[in-house]
Amino acid sequence: MGEAAELSVAVPRTRAVPRPTRRRTWPWYLGGILFVAVAVVCGLLVGPADIGYSPLASELASHVPFLGVHSRLSDTDSAILWQIRAPRVVMGLLVGALLSIAGASYQGTFRNPLADPYLLGVAAGAGLGATIALVYGSGSAWGNDLLPVASFIGGAAAVALAYVVGRAAGGTARTAALVLAGVTVASFLTAIQTFVQQQHADTLQSVYSWILGRLDTAGWHDVLLLLPYAAISVFVLLLHRRVLDVLALGDDEAAALGVNVGRVRLLLVAAATLGTAAAVAVSGLIGFLGIIVPHFVRLVAGGSYRIVLPLSLLVGGGFLVFADIVARTVLSPAELPIGVVTAFFGAPFFAIVLRTSRGVTG
Amino acid sequence: MTVAFDGVSVMLDRAEVLRDVSGRVERGEWLTVIGPNGAGKSTLLRALMRLVKATGSITLDGVETARMRARDLARRLALVPQTPAMPVTMTVSEYVLLGRTPHLGYLARDGDGDREAAAEALYRLDLESFARRRLGTLSGGEQQRAVLARALAHRAPVLLLDEPTASLDIGRSQEVLELVDELRREQGLTVVATMHELTLAGQYADRLLLLDRGRVVAHGEPRDVLTEELVAHHYGASVRIHEDRDGLVVVPARL
Repeated sequence: MGEAAELSVAVPRTRAVPRPTRRRTWPWYLGGILFVAVAVVCGLLVGPADIGYSPLASELASHVPFLGVHSRLSDTDSAILWQIRAPRVVMGLLVGALLSIAGASYQGTFRNPLADPYLLGVAAGAGLGATIALVYGSGSAWGNDLLPVASFIGGAAAVALAYVVGRAAGGTARTAALVLAGVTVASFLTAIQTFVQQQHADTLQSVYSWILGRLDTAGWHDVLLLLPYAAISVFVLLLHRRVLDVLALGDDEAAALGVNVGRVRLLLVAAATLGTAAAVAVSGLIGFLGIIVPHFVRLVAGGSYRIVLPLSLLVGGGFLVFADIVARTVLSPAELPIGVVTAFFGAPFFAIVLRTSRGVTG
Repeated sequence: MTVAFDGVSVMLDRAEVLRDVSGRVERGEWLTVIGPNGAGKSTLLRALMRLVKATGSITLDGVETARMRARDLARRLALVPQTPAMPVTMTVSEYVLLGRTPHLGYLARDGDGDREAAAEALYRLDLESFARRRLGTLSGGEQQRAVLARALAHRAPVLLLDEPTASLDIGRSQEVLELVDELRREQGLTVVATMHELTLAGQYADRLLLLDRGRVVAHGEPRDVLTEELVAHHYGASVRIHEDRDGLVVVPARL
């Protein structure tokens, strides 16, 4: 069967049809990029060693070819900047961006405003993987490398298991069955994790600190570890931003518009899980970000995923960099778990946003 | 485009919701499916749209829908569901643009032609001033018009309307039905609708299909289907039916 001819609804007009305009979105993107830029500069400046604005500016300018600017930073400060702070800032951007865009995608895929990146059991699976690595691998020579790998495999495997169970229960298009399967798998894996942890009380402290999340990383190594997964996840999710709008109409209407709902949902869950599991593997469990950032974006910039996804990416990245600044300065030289900071500052802030924009949530 | 269904049966949770339902709607024709609650009206529309598994044959211009790709089917049929999901933070124009989905590649963006179609549909339903409003801020009737606008932006040759006037007042109901009728006469749009309001059903449809408990119990021109006996028997309602210049008027009568 060939292409169906489009039916025209044009009729003799009694008044002019307004020229269709594309919604102006660039001010939002500009705002998001500025927010990220400010976060990066603050993240590079703030810390126990005082670097200062103008030496930082000269250092950054000295890396721009043909400017001929010489850095005024000492070798020590330069090392602090490039080997300690910069990777930590980049890590904050990547993890914050990944968790936020994954949260937004889960909310769209499951049409559930409470969905977060951990909905289908990533956290429980990664927690079990990390616990096993900390308990059984900490003595070995490759113990440090084992932790991210084990938590990544645990997180991804948990979601795959939830998907298989949910699909068997309700078919690919049934979101409730999938969410229930996620809850079931998460409870089961958490039980195993608690059991293993109880048997090895000596590792309790390190397991607990992993669960609360941290960006205290091994420099660029972890960034490079995360980068390929982040790139694939973000690329696939951003490509689907219009399709996510169609899913917002519900399974039946999306299917009536020609979208293969089951296949799209599988692809979106896989991409979001890849990013989440990779983020969790290097930074532990950072809560609340995946819910608060997309909802904040919806409240201020509108509910279409065409803007929610890219803007969540920017806002989430910048927000986590700021949260990390708080985490490492409030009790300096000790560090607060970053998950505590995101929830402690995020929750009241979000409550204010929620109150001032009544009637547009849902 | 001609829609034909022959011997269509649908089982849902082991209950037979439709049994051996047949009918045919020619290009430019309007068929309205009527029947009491639970008769299977919506299920018939869902079967045409391939949203439920049906046995029997459903064809569009002679081609079996079961053999079509999802997107090819979606390009030919536009559906206005009975209880559409309303993403409350989406704007009306974003929502109406989604009607263009079957015409776009899987990951493609909408182009000028698509926005033109959306603007046209907004204009036809008098929704231009609502274009930037969020769906959650609209009244029930305005939302219903947005759903219709989305279906018009689709520009499909067949329109499936499931209770299109359920949440509209009498004036808006007439406007919407007149608009669909105009498209049908001018463009040859094929219309399959379900309705509870029997007077409106008789005024706009060329033919009525009366379903009861999943079976066709009457099929024909409004005057043949809308009889006091059939309505009393299948709806359990006491009505008087008059004929005036606009067609049949179905009036409830006190028992």
